[in-house]
Amino acid sequence: MRRVINQIPAKPTNLFLNLLPFLLIILIYTFSSNEMTKENPNQKILPSFEKCATTMHKYIFEPSKRTGEYVLLNDTTSSLKRLVIGVTVSAVIALVFGIVLGMIPYMNSLLSPLVWTFSLIPTMAILPILFIIFGLGELSKIVLIIFGVAPIMIREIYQRVREIPIEQIIKVQTLGANSWQIIVRIIIPQILPRLVDAIRITLGTAWIFLISAEAIASTEGLGYRIFLVRRYLAMDVIIPYVIWITLIAFLMDYLLNKLNYKLFPWFGKE
Amino acid sequence: MKSSNFTKPIKILSLIVLLVGLSTSSLFAKTKKDFKIAWSIYVGFMPWPVIDSQKILDKWAKKYGINIDVVQINDYIESINQYNAGKFDGCAMASFDALSIPAAGGIDSTALILGDYSNGNDAIISKTAKTVKEIKGEKINLIELSVSHYLLARALELNGMSERDITIENTSDSDMVAAYGTDDVTTVTAWKPQVSEIEKMPKANNIFNSSQIPGEIMDLFVVNTKTLKDNPAFGKSLVGAWYEIMDLMTKNTPKSKEYMTMMAKDSGTDLEGFLDQVKTTHFFYTAKEAVEYYRGQKIRDTMKFMAEFSFNHGLYGEGASDYSFVGIEFPNGKVVGDKNNIKLRFDDTYMKMAESNSL
Repeated sequence: MRRVINQIPAKPTNLFLNLLPFLLIILIYTFSSNEMTKENPNQKILPSFEKCATTMHKYIFEPSKRTGEYVLLNDTTSSLKRLVIGVTVSAVIALVFGIVLGMIPYMNSLLSPLVWTFSLIPTMAILPILFIIFGLGELSKIVLIIFGVAPIMIREIYQRVREIPIEQIIKVQTLGANSWQIIVRIIIPQILPRLVDAIRITLGTAWIFLISAEAIASTEGLGYRIFLVRRYLAMDVIIPYVIWITLIAFLMDYLLNKLNYKLFPWFGKE
Repeated sequence: MKSSNFTKPIKILSLIVLLVGLSTSSLFAKTKKDFKIAWSIYVGFMPWPVIDSQKILDKWAKKYGINIDVVQINDYIESINQYNAGKFDGCAMASFDALSIPAAGGIDSTALILGDYSNGNDAIISKTAKTVKEIKGEKINLIELSVSHYLLARALELNGMSERDITIENTSDSDMVAAYGTDDVTTVTAWKPQVSEIEKMPKANNIFNSSQIPGEIMDLFVVNTKTLKDNPAFGKSLVGAWYEIMDLMTKNTPKSKEYMTMMAKDSGTDLEGFLDQVKTTHFFYTAKEAVEYYRGQKIRDTMKFMAEFSFNHGLYGEGASDYSFVGIEFPNGKVVGDKNNIKLRFDDTYMKMAESNSL
């Protein structure tokens, strides 16, 4: 029927419509940037693509005068190291605590109020306390990510553990499995793909904490660079960095999704 | 015909665009009546909120038939960025930032008022070192590319060292005091009021401060040159109000004490704490003194230092080939840097009017 809700775009139209908003953004940006440059050739607020490209070329291919390092590469590796360690540690904590809380009632009584309370603390608010305990170095940056991300992940894993049908657990008990065997053979295999999903969901949050940590005290990193050049409004650095961060985040999400398909092909098919 | 169906809306659309364009441009052609200025918390800027709350600025603005809105911005750099983006007609800032942010960004700016220079407000404080020479090999926590960074560079230079001798860790000013409390941090460069807090902690040696480079770290009131040119009333009102309160501050009257207490309160301290900050701030209480400073040799040397520092640290961006990229103009027609790209003007026209009581 010819109703708007039944009109489905053909494949090329679909692709065109997908790209249209991006094209419009680029168009509006280019226009505004040109207008501003006409008025003030040294303007820094909306730099031209050309200017962003020359600056980035320098950041990518020329070693920094002061340290001799390639700036973008150096920033990316140090940020990724913090992010990957922070998220991995959070995932391990979430797996252990999520299963323990979800499967062992005594541990649930003991720990769940604590975990719940912690997950409610706005992490940025306890920053000065984290400083005093963990110092200002790499450790405190990773701890900030863990504090921000792990409680959310624990709650997510706990929920997923509770959702596992009780019939399954009763069935394996009638077959003689003990608690350890149930956790290792029944729970963990079913929880792992959901853990990957939990990581995907919390990655955005982890980035926020990473950038915040680098804004506070740092000598390198993607967030550090943005907050450093913010001092003199170098949008020709900030805009490419934001695009680069988005690209990395997109790639991570995509790869984790692929990984889930590959490792757990049965997941999500029932 | 199909094409006429199409051209009609386009005609109407272009007519609308034309009309809107005409009406807005004619709006702009009218003389501006409403102005907005920004300030943030720093001892040298504290007269601004009092000028505002005690209606001193209103009185002067009314005299010249304009309105000036005074806005406090919590984050110092944000206030400058907002000025840079054209959201404000004027903003209180350090000479160093006036050069590296608006001037380097092509915003033609005029240093309308020379308020003060830091005479000990900015300092390098260390737990371990007793002299600047001893910080060799240390990690220093400071806000990179700020006045603190400049102070450190000068301290190193005066001791025959360079930035290669130390490592810098960029640390936000709001976290500086907490940072000094941790074991990782041994040496910081900061400014008051943070410096006062840090000095209260055990093991805090003030190894270098701005009183050792007097007159270099200046605080200005900066306005957009074009706005000022089109609306001299704006400049006259600001300068008039400023020197009224400067005059008051030097008098030992109950009113001056009342105003100073307000300034203290606005900056989150008490009168005693504020006077302690004033002690390490050299206010240019009279317009005469400020005008003389603008016309002297010292300010030109200092601005050249700052231009070199800005270029060496990449603050002038990719377009600059050396420190002379931005032109800095002084009242006697002397220029530091490129004469064809003058973006920062130390203009004493209005302060001179204040000096001769002709405002």
